[in-house]
This record gives sequence, structure tokens and C-alpha cells, in this order.
Amino acid sequence: MENIKEKTDDNLLEVKNLKISFKTDEGIITAVDGVNFTVKHGETLGIVGESGSGKSVSTWSIMRLLPKNSIIDKKSSIRFRKKDGKVVDITKLKARSKELRKIRGGEVALIFQEPMSSFSPVYTIGNQISEAVLQHRDVSKEEAQEIAIDMLDRVGIANPRQRFKQYPFELSGGMRQRAMIAVALSMNPALLIADEPTTSLDVTIQAQILELMNELQEELGMAIIFITHNLGVIAQVADKIEVMYLGKILERGTTKDIIQNPQHPYTQALLKAIPRLDHIGERLNAISGDIPSPLSRPTGCPFYTRCEKVIPGICDVKMPNPTKLSDTHTVYCFLYEEKNV
Amino acid sequence: MIKFLVQRTLGMIVTMFFVSIMVFIIMELPPGDYAERWAFRKFSGTGAQITQADLDNIRANFGLDRPAPERYFKWISNIVLHGDFGEAFAFQTSVNNVIGQKIWLTLAILFSTLIVTYIISIPVGMYAAVRRNSLEDYALTVFSYLGFALPNFLLALILLYISITYFDTSVGGLFSPDYADAPWSMDKALDLLSHLVVPAIILAWSATAFQLQTVRATMLDELNTLSVTAARARGVPEWKLLLKYPARLAINPVVSTIGFDANRIFSELPIVALVLGLPELGQLLLKSYLDLDMFVAGAILLILTFMIVFMNFLSDIFLAILDPRVKLIEG
Repeated sequence: MENIKEKTDDNLLEVKNLKISFKTDEGIITAVDGVNFTVKHGETLGIVGESGSGKSVSTWSIMRLLPKNSIIDKKSSIRFRKKDGKVVDITKLKARSKELRKIRGGEVALIFQEPMSSFSPVYTIGNQISEAVLQHRDVSKEEAQEIAIDMLDRVGIANPRQRFKQYPFELSGGMRQRAMIAVALSMNPALLIADEPTTSLDVTIQAQILELMNELQEELGMAIIFITHNLGVIAQVADKIEVMYLGKILERGTTKDIIQNPQHPYTQALLKAIPRLDHIGERLNAISGDIPSPLSRPTGCPFYTRCEKVIPGICDVKMPNPTKLSDTHTVYCFLYEEKNV
Repeated sequence: MIKFLVQRTLGMIVTMFFVSIMVFIIMELPPGDYAERWAFRKFSGTGAQITQADLDNIRANFGLDRPAPERYFKWISNIVLHGDFGEAFAFQTSVNNVIGQKIWLTLAILFSTLIVTYIISIPVGMYAAVRRNSLEDYALTVFSYLGFALPNFLLALILLYISITYFDTSVGGLFSPDYADAPWSMDKALDLLSHLVVPAIILAWSATAFQLQTVRATMLDELNTLSVTAARARGVPEWKLLLKYPARLAINPVVSTIGFDANRIFSELPIVALVLGLPELGQLLLKSYLDLDMFVAGAILLILTFMIVFMNFLSDIFLAILDPRVKLIEG
């Protein structure tokens, strides 16, 4: 860990101009359009957005896990600094290359929203953790088993030796998500992508899992990309936040910037839609309308169809340029661009 | 696992008990019995007058005068305790003698057909799923439709014609003339195997087409599950991934329908056997019904049903070994 810490000035991950489309029967659908973000060693990036905003697609592409009908644009780059210090562009790696396999798990690990379906039902938890360990560490089967049991213990699973031999359906939902985290961390990744890891869990378990992830991050020093549609969750875990809508980033800033000083009308609307204990009795403000179909993407700012502050003739014509409000806070909106001009 | 095995074995025994009762009822169903048939054969055209008393005598000789439940218990207990299926009246010997060798040959056909079916359909179905929408996949789909559409006897005739015209070999029967009456030896077994190939291919054709599509469909579903993506995200190599996760589950629907396949093979066998001149049980079953030779018919029905029930039992066991969730549900 020490020598990695020395290089913290460098970004662990640099995603530039990421554009991802899917070939479908109805035509080509663009799911992610010109997204940029960076992650530094040991920090937590939160990506917030509704379903269909492209948050999962853009992060799954970091591990090249997208289905075969996906196209990553040639101008996109996903530059990742490996543990050995070399920087690779993941979009340029061959699909079946050993280098990509080493990155999957060994450098970047992923935990999913559905802990039940992300384990195969016909193999034990232990089998699937050991598989991960054996894939990335030069150890014997017995050593892999010990590492796996130790990991299960570390993520707070009681009786890890017994759990090791059990099947996924014999564990509770919260337990399975802990086991999923154990699988990811047993490979010792530098970056952990958590794709809505707490969405399918009830609130108390959710809190436990978030706390566990915070602890493990401090202990192991990995960076995390945390994807969620829940601003309440992201405020607890993230250092900085990207707000995504229909494949584009609309606002980025530190957690403080976004939660306490949101500037984009979409972020403001999202925050108003969260129930608050000090506003009991008031109606929540829902954002009117639905997220448009990616098949008929609006030209201009993707949010103008639902925006309360839309400027006709401007917002529906072109995408606004980024406006820097401070060193950390950037917004993509004409409301601010005009003030600067 | 032991509890599961015991449960399934008990289930099989109970099923077989009801099957045996049904078989016995079926044996009783045709009007008349072998006594009348025997009298007709023996005395028709001689001008002899047969009285009811004569018929009763004949019936008593064959043991057919006892009440049905008594005959059932005698029949079934002889089978269970002594493996004795009774007397084949028309052949004037025991049923065991009449059907003995034919049973082994029928079973040989059944198993070779099942083996051919699974050896082809499982790997090829998986391959088609992995190469979905490729030229190979479409070709295999066409092959499958041919399998569904072509009647077996037609295929049998075609293969018969080809092998006689081009290879100068006879596919009829299960043995070459040299071995037909020879005692069992290694050469005879090999001869049998070579004769089994053609019937097995014919009978396996439609089952293969069906199972191939099943394997392909299951494999496609499994390929897109999150657990496969999760394993890929752990850096598991693609081929290892395919064999460990989706392939293992794609076998399940095949394993769970071994009994159905056995059933289908038994239903299709008589026609194919007729064309190829194979000595098997189907034709004997038909003949014994026409002769009202009920112990032969009963024995064949019972054995064939037992085979299907046993195949279902086997498929349950295999499934429990393959999929840990099965044991959980069954307790």
C-alpha cells in the first residue's frame, strides 16, 4: 500500500469522452454520451442518477463487462493505473486477453445490486470465493480456502467456516451481500465498483453494509465508485459526486457542493424529492414527466423536457458547456453559462 | 442425500404397485380369454361341439377360473419373489423364455439411443448457444426441424437403402447371420454393437433434435445471468466460465427428462423395428394381444413401464447430485 500512497497525485482512473451505444433491433441506442470522470487512490466517487441514466453502463465498461452488442466509441478512453504503475487504456484491450482478465478482479472488482443472482446457486459460497482468490493470487487450494474464510470473517459473517460450505440460498440477503463484498475484496483490488450494493436490502441492513464498506476502505485503502439513485446513501459514503441524467453528467462536485449547494435544476429537484424528518407533513416534490426513451433523446440538454427553468430556444438546441463554479464544483447548465459569458 | 434416496425409492415402489394393478386391469380388459382362443384354435373346422363345461375345464387347466384379485396376487408375487412372469400359452413355454433375450436387446437399443442422443445434443446445443445467430447455429436449427419433421420409419428406410446400396451391409436385425445363433462371445458383442448404431441413430434423431433445442435455450438463458457476469468480473477465463456455470445448469432439463426420452423411444421403437427387422418387444406385445396371451402382454407392459419409472428415478437422483437446490425443496 505504501508505494501506492506515494503516487496519490496521479489519478487511479481517468475516464474521458466515454460514449457507449448498443445495437438493438430498434436501432442504435446511445446509453452514455461524452462522460468524463476521475478517481484518485483511496477516494470514493458517487455516481447518482435515475434508472436508465447510464451509471451502470459507464462503470461496467471499466471492466469491459458490457454485452456483445455494445459499442464503445473509438475516441473514448478509460485510463487505469495498475498496481505495477503502468497505465493502460482499458478500451483498447483485447476482449479475451490475459491482461484484461488480470484487471477484472485483481485491479477492479465489482459488487452487484442483486446478491442472490450474482452467486451461482449450484456452487457453495466458499467455492466462488476460492475461485476468485485462485484466479489472482499464487496460492494453493488450501491457502485460498484460508484466505476466503478469513475474508468472510472480516466482512462480519459469523461462523465463517460453516458459511464457507453453504450455498447462496442458505444465507440471508444481508449475509449474501457481505459474502459478495468478501469475494470482491479477497482479490485485493485497487478500485471497487459498487453498483447499487444496498438497493435490494432493507434499511437497517443497508446501514450496516455502508458502515462495513467505510471500515474496509479505511483498512485496505482501495478507491470506490459507488453507484446509487439514493442521494441519502451517497451523502454518507462519497467524497465527490457526479450527477448523471440520460447518459450525460449534469453536475459534479464534492459531496458538500452537491448536497448543500446544488446548482443544476435536476440536482435541486432530486434533493427536494427526498423526505426529510424536519419537514414532516409537507408534500414531496416529484420531478414531473418520465425520463425520455434513449431512442428519442432530446437534442440539447437532456433534461430540458422536464426542467422547470428551461430557456426555450437555447436549452433544446445544444448541450451547455461546463461552467466551473469553484475548483471542485462544475455544472452543465445555461443558467450559469450565460452569467459567465 | 440418504433420506432423499429412501424417499425416491419408496415413491418408485408405490408407483410400480399402482402400475402393476393398472397393467393387470388392462390384461383383463379385452373380451374373452385365452381359454376361448385355445378352444377356437384347436377345434375350429373339426366340427367338434364345445360345451360350456369343456370351456370351464380348459379355463381351470390354465388357472383362469380363479377370481381376479387372487390371480393378480399370484401373478405379482411370482414376479416379485421369483422373477417368474407366468406362462406364455401361445408359445407353450414360460414368458421368461419368450421375452428373455428380447428384453436385453430392447434395453440395448434403449441405452445406445439415449447415449447417442446425449452425446450429440448436449455439447452441440451448448455450442449453438455460445455461437448464437452464427451460420453454424442456423444450420443446427434446420437440422433440428428436420429431426422433428422426418418420420422415423422414413429415415429407417433411407438408411437401410443407403447401407445396402453403398456399403453392402445389412442393417436388418441385430446380429449378422454368422452370429445369430452363436453363443455369446466378444465378437458377437461387437457384432451387436455395430448393428446397434443404425437403429440408435434413427431413434435418437428426433430426441436429439428436441434436446438440442432445450440445451440451447437453457444455455442462452444461463449465459445472460448475473452470476456468469459476476464470475467474468472475477477474471475467470471464458471457456472455464462457460463450463463451470451455464453448461452445468444447461444439463438439468435434459437430465430431468430422461424418463420422457425413454418413453418416446419405446413408443417409436416398434415401427422402426418393423422396418429394420429388429427383434424387440413392441411387435411381440401386439401379437400377444391378438392371441389374448395375456401373461406375455402383461410382462412386456410391466417391464417397459418399470424401465420408464426407473429412468425417472435415475433422473431425480442425477438432478439432486447436479443441483443442490433440489434436495432443499424435497427436504
